[in-house]
Amino acid sequence: MTLDHRQQHLHALRAGLSLIIAPIEYLVDLPAEVVHWFSESMSSRQQLQEENARLHSQNLLMQARSLKNADLEAENRRLRGLLGSSLKVADRVLIAELYNVDLDPYKHLIRINKTARHGVFVDQPLMDAFGIMGQVIKVLPSHSTVRLITDPGHSIPVQVSRNGLRTIATGTGQINRISLPYLPNNADIRKGDRLVTSGLGEIYPPGYPVATVTDVKRTPDRAFAQISAEPTAHLNRSREVLLVFSGQHIKNMHHSVSKKKRKGKNK
Amino acid sequence: MKPVVHQGGWLILATFLAAFILAIVPLPGLLQFVRPEWSALILIYWCMAIPERIGVGYGWIAGLFLDVLKGTLLGQHALCMAVLAYLVINLHQRIRLFPLWQQAIVVWMLLNLYQLLLLWFDGITGQPSKGLQFWLPPIAGMVLWPWIFILLRHFRRTFKVQ
Repeated sequence: MTLDHRQQHLHALRAGLSLIIAPIEYLVDLPAEVVHWFSESMSSRQQLQEENARLHSQNLLMQARSLKNADLEAENRRLRGLLGSSLKVADRVLIAELYNVDLDPYKHLIRINKTARHGVFVDQPLMDAFGIMGQVIKVLPSHSTVRLITDPGHSIPVQVSRNGLRTIATGTGQINRISLPYLPNNADIRKGDRLVTSGLGEIYPPGYPVATVTDVKRTPDRAFAQISAEPTAHLNRSREVLLVFSGQHIKNMHHSVSKKKRKGKNK
Repeated sequence: MKPVVHQGGWLILATFLAAFILAIVPLPGLLQFVRPEWSALILIYWCMAIPERIGVGYGWIAGLFLDVLKGTLLGQHALCMAVLAYLVINLHQRIRLFPLWQQAIVVWMLLNLYQLLLLWFDGITGQPSKGLQFWLPPIAGMVLWPWIFILLRHFRRTFKVQ
């Protein structure tokens, strides 16, 4: 029975059962949803105005930055064209919401409300506004399960953005720490270095922020340095998350969602 | 001889439903390591109270739902619950006679066994080890048992479940 499952033969059964289970998850999520709704509808006019103003200024800032970005992207494309290397297709995202449920406290798994109907697939990367969060491991009719980068069974190929040094970051089971166990003592890495996805392994698209190095311990009698880093994504605070479609998967998304909008972000 | 009329099935269903909800309700911080195995406790009670009705089959099905709910391997909790139901049915005549605190100790041992089976599954599937706090839920279950027992007995008597 268990072996059967390891070869994914029982997926249909699990999918069927999950439909019966779905109302329970919804029920558990309900209080959080209600509180959210309540606080939103109860906030005062002044608060809303303040928030509006803040968002407005932030939007302006982002727009200015994105203008510059567009310019840089064009330049980048031109240079790549000169080099004769392949064009990097812009990634697209889909917004998903977390279910407020606890699973195994020893594993860092979360549930999101987007499923195969929305084009979600196994191994799809998930991020929030600040960095990579994890990857989808199960897609069922009522929800999808995501493994966070801090799960002890998860590793992600990363790159130090300062010098391009490539390595692998592994989860530790603590929500605010991942470790880099495979770097030698003399590796050029120091506190404050930013780690971005390297794109190796073909699961995570390259260039997204993952973590910031917080601690480097070089012990001469050990083969590898002990390095820990803090994920930039708000792993236990974000409620709205982004599913990233990159490369060939964009075609899949078109297939299942719509045929409109070729460029930019899609909701 | 008059056949026994089964009634109150909805109450059994409702208790299991409540257990499923409690199994995934978000708990703050360290409290989530102490979360007792609600569905196992409920199963133990019903197997003890009406063993001719609730048994290994029900345990297995409830475990299957628990598997889907928690996203574990399909069949992991199912097997644990089935074994639990079998043991309780074997022991039910003895456990019923015990005073509450002795019952709680037996429940603690049963829950430990349940946890041991789960640990064994984790070992087989290559999950990282979990430390000593993995043994806290059975203790929480033991502490809660008398209250659960009294509450469910009250329900069973008022609604005449048999």
